[in-house]
Amino acid sequence: MSDSLKIENLHASVEGNEILKGLTLEIPKGEVHAIMGPNGSGKSTLSKVLAGNEEYDVSEGTVKMDGVDLLDLEVDERSREGFFLAFQYPHEIPGVSNANFLRAALQARLPKGEEIDAVAFYKTMYEKMDALQMDRKFTGRSVNDGFSGGEKKRNEILQMMMLEPKYAVLDETDSGLDIDALKIVAEGVNRMRGPERGFLVITHYQRLLDYIVPDVVHVMVDGQIVKSGGKELAHELEEKGYDWVTEELAVA
Amino acid sequence: MPDSATLEAVNIDQDEGNFSYPEEYAHDAGYGLNEDTIDFISNVKGEADWIREFRKKALKIFESKPMPTHWASEDLENIKFDDIRYYLAKGQRPTRSWDEVPDDVKQTFERLGIPEKERKYLAGVEAQFDSEAAYSNVKEELEKQGVIFVNSTEGLREYPDVFRKWFGKVIPTGDNKFSALNSAVFSGGSFIYVPPGVKVAHPLQAYFRINAENFGQFERTLIVVDEGAEVTYMEGCTAPKFETATLHSAVVELVAMKDAKIQYITVQNWSNNVFNLVTKRGMAHENAEIRWIDCNIGSRLTMKYPGVIMKGRKARGEVISIALANDGQHQDTGAKMIHAADETTSNIVAKSISVGEGRSTYRGQVHIPKNLKGCKNNTECDALLINSNSRTDTYPAITVRGNQHATQHEASVSQVSEDQIFYMQQRGLSEGEAMSLSVNGFVNDLVREFPMEYSVELKRLIDMEMEGSVG
Repeated sequence: MSDSLKIENLHASVEGNEILKGLTLEIPKGEVHAIMGPNGSGKSTLSKVLAGNEEYDVSEGTVKMDGVDLLDLEVDERSREGFFLAFQYPHEIPGVSNANFLRAALQARLPKGEEIDAVAFYKTMYEKMDALQMDRKFTGRSVNDGFSGGEKKRNEILQMMMLEPKYAVLDETDSGLDIDALKIVAEGVNRMRGPERGFLVITHYQRLLDYIVPDVVHVMVDGQIVKSGGKELAHELEEKGYDWVTEELAVA
Repeated sequence: MPDSATLEAVNIDQDEGNFSYPEEYAHDAGYGLNEDTIDFISNVKGEADWIREFRKKALKIFESKPMPTHWASEDLENIKFDDIRYYLAKGQRPTRSWDEVPDDVKQTFERLGIPEKERKYLAGVEAQFDSEAAYSNVKEELEKQGVIFVNSTEGLREYPDVFRKWFGKVIPTGDNKFSALNSAVFSGGSFIYVPPGVKVAHPLQAYFRINAENFGQFERTLIVVDEGAEVTYMEGCTAPKFETATLHSAVVELVAMKDAKIQYITVQNWSNNVFNLVTKRGMAHENAEIRWIDCNIGSRLTMKYPGVIMKGRKARGEVISIALANDGQHQDTGAKMIHAADETTSNIVAKSISVGEGRSTYRGQVHIPKNLKGCKNNTECDALLINSNSRTDTYPAITVRGNQHATQHEASVSQVSEDQIFYMQQRGLSEGEAMSLSVNGFVNDLVREFPMEYSVELKRLIDMEMEGSVG
């Protein structure tokens, strides 16, 4: 069995409303998959359920990450196991500096009693920040506090680069980004592409996929994947709109 | 839920102060409080008649004053004054060498790391075990400069000309019911005098340890810093977790003469059974500065409002306060700033954290009378709530008469939301670690005011409290 993030027949609801209705999807390690879909189709719910947000009840289905049952793990255990979610709306943590937060997150991955090497940590962090064209003063600023939309998204990618996950889900990372910021963020993601990592890029617009070119594009409607195809599917969707898919479904 | 390794670590850490040794006391005043108790204490200490009279007068005032339950907390009714022992001592004089301290007492302070800290960064240490100091030492060079650092008994006996003039003057016996109680049965505490122009570079530290159950600790501290002199004093406190309530009721008076500076730092970590009812006030003369840096963690009920009376022109008063109220705890803290001269400045920054069922209250009083000019006050109080059952109240009372003053008041309440914790957990932090980090972030700007060693200690205490609060 090859390594993958494998979601099978996933059902999840919030406050009694079922949002995910038997979703099945497999992202083999080394590939970049994109999920597109109309508003309300359940894209963001999927990302939160995968991360383990307790607001959602999973009633059925399995999620296996390289064979490990993700749904059995706590939120933080999933993270330490190698699952990363770049948030659509990254939270602010007043008073906690970016550097301290990253350090705490990396420290949490070390065995008890082992301390992080501070010099190496700063060196790596500065390298990644340079790649994302982030000013070094961001290390001392509180996490996302007073950041612009673009700065927050760049910060998410910085965290991802520092934590080096096995699988990363990017939830509408393009929203609120101008074209320059979009290119920088995409460049950051592309640098991390490789055989040891899988990506799921959630987006409403095709624009992002010009810069992060996916291996597979899925269309999500009403809590299910209704169509999958190559990168050209994204262009088709952009041209014809989501109605095209739903109409096609109705015919079938 | 934290993993088992976390739980294990938490258990060890939280029990750090939770140990006690068998009680063997040469002097035990017994349960309850009356004139005989006072005679017992005065006889053991071999006190001058004026002190004995001072105590007896205080007892009458204590008895005549009602409990302040009408504005504070009805929980005060649960203090059983008849079930408390007011004086417990082993009968030894404080030694200047840890080697001469009785074994069980020495082990207590070693477990709390006091001798180690002394070696590392302190200019002097006093360690009090129940009613009396067991150890008291100040670096030789300070002694040569005329710095006095002794306990209250010794201070009043050996240096009456230095201390008697100020004793009970900043906080009169009748200030409140608990200052009267302290005045009746006080024992231990630090009496410090710093001569003109002497700047004590390293902090002096006192450590207050309650070892016995059903006991009241009533230390009395008086710090007089002469013209142009400076000192930083730090106190730490712990007690084991007993089944029954323990009472800690201190009186702390500070006197800063012209151009003097006093910084008084408290990091208390009382167990949940301690009633902590403390009166602290300083008097700042011309161009003098008094800063209270106060961190309250633990206890069942803390009532503490450090104050500064700015008596001389251009005097400055400051209170920086952090209070953390966990389940079953009530932190009722604040500050009092009494402006009594022109161009005096006061600053209050209070941050409270309420966790679970914990309750925190800020109570502040700022008084600027009409006849003065050019006075300034800044008051900021911020509350952080963690989980919806917690409660916070703010009662700022700012009385400004006259129009030649500047005051500023800001208050905020914020919450650590589930979303914030989820975000942090997604990066790999456990729930407890995420809460610790949020709380540390909230108090971060105040923690910087603490000396390095204490800010580390404070962070550790917050981590312990937050880890323990995860259910």
